[in-house]
Amino acid sequence: MSEDGLRAAVAAGVLASEDAHRALLQATVEVARGIFYAKASSVLLYDEETDELVFEAVAGEGSDTLVGQRLPSSTGIGGWVLVTRQPIVLDDVSQDPRFAEDAAKRTGFVPKGLMCVPLIHDEEPLGVLYVLDRPQQTRFSLEEMELLGLFGNQAAIALDLLRKARRAQAVLEDADTDSALLARVAENLEGLDGPRRAAGIELLRSLEGLFKG
Amino acid sequence: MAEPAPERPLPAWSLPAGTAESLALPTEWPGRVTREWAWGGSTGKGVRVCILDSGVERDHPDVGGLAGAVAVQVGEDDEIAVVDDVEGDLCGHGTACAGIVRSIAPDCELHSVRVLGAGFTGSGTALLGGLRWAVEQGFHVINMSLSTTKSQFAGLLHEVADTAYFRRTVLVASAHNMPVESYPWRFSSVISVGSHEEPDAQTFYYNPSPPVEFFARGVDVEIAWLGGSRARSTGNSFATPHMTGICALILGKHPELTPFQLKSALYLTASNVEGGQ
Repeated sequence: MSEDGLRAAVAAGVLASEDAHRALLQATVEVARGIFYAKASSVLLYDEETDELVFEAVAGEGSDTLVGQRLPSSTGIGGWVLVTRQPIVLDDVSQDPRFAEDAAKRTGFVPKGLMCVPLIHDEEPLGVLYVLDRPQQTRFSLEEMELLGLFGNQAAIALDLLRKARRAQAVLEDADTDSALLARVAENLEGLDGPRRAAGIELLRSLEGLFKG
Repeated sequence: MAEPAPERPLPAWSLPAGTAESLALPTEWPGRVTREWAWGGSTGKGVRVCILDSGVERDHPDVGGLAGAVAVQVGEDDEIAVVDDVEGDLCGHGTACAGIVRSIAPDCELHSVRVLGAGFTGSGTALLGGLRWAVEQGFHVINMSLSTTKSQFAGLLHEVADTAYFRRTVLVASAHNMPVESYPWRFSSVISVGSHEEPDAQTFYYNPSPPVEFFARGVDVEIAWLGGSRARSTGNSFATPHMTGICALILGKHPELTPFQLKSALYLTASNVEGGQ
């Protein structure tokens, strides 16, 4: 178990649950939809085990059907953005028959245009952010592209938190590991108050002294 | 003319006395380099351009056919295999780039090297392997609208970019649209490209504040897309093939130019420099 894993496990015992992180991600896509006046926005997380992109949060069209659906990690627009780390803005993409058919199958909604940006944290692309059907009466500007990139950086941090929370949760659920034991101690201590908490902390201090020799 | 100096057995990187004439340049550079001198009358004929991307839809009317198409596969132990590409374009992006190059240099020879499709896990290896392969093939220009943020690939990509530079393969690479460190566009041996917002395909600017060296058309560009369709798009990855097309035009007229000389010609004919006006 790495030091990061241990820290994560202990943190998992005392920090907010996945629900809170999921709410953060949901707020992120709602804001993305809002600032670009778009019909929909979504965040997809890269799943290392299956080498796929998974819809984690969706605002607007598709919000009731898309979460949990999977896309390939190196084909399609999302795959290209993930692999190349380059954001892309496409308009009139609904003319592409394969794209239209695929979109219709998933949500019954075929966007005319989309923006897709990689969510990069510490060199690694963690996933992608889509913004669908911003109003097209105004020409897209490079300032908007920069705004999209900046917003993508913020969304990447939210996605990184969710990923770490899940990793920590996985450690907790694996009851046999040393770090799970530590996490349970941290979790139990967090739930105590009054004299029992004071006694628990006293005991931990003694243990700390013992470990230090 | 002086007798050429006998070839020295030592690999000394020097120019011994009396041998300067051996460096005679095949091109007469005019006093003022203009666009007319650089590519006037050129269609890119004879120039082999490689699109290193998601594959290319070869029968798209805007692409006008391909001279070759391969796909890079990543096996176990990160072994690279280069095979004939039967799948075409897995995204649409490569087709878009090919269409832009064709619109500027209609008679160039287009080749596709697909580095997408090996899954995300193998993507860095496929990118590096594909680029190495393309450099070995001796393409005149390689369009690379891709980059990697992984610093572990930076050193290897740098080596390949320098090899290309010395072998007269021009690498045209997209600068990142986001404030992140990525490669290979940051290397000085490549021609790096960002976007400007103007609608003219041959308007490009030299940037005296690198790392991005040139800005080309990259906003609201009409592009070829999958299924014979068209779309409109924005991004540095579409500015890049505009510069690739202009490089193909120049090399079509002046095939002897080295990447250094080509970059100088681009500078002198940029829209913000005298020869480009």
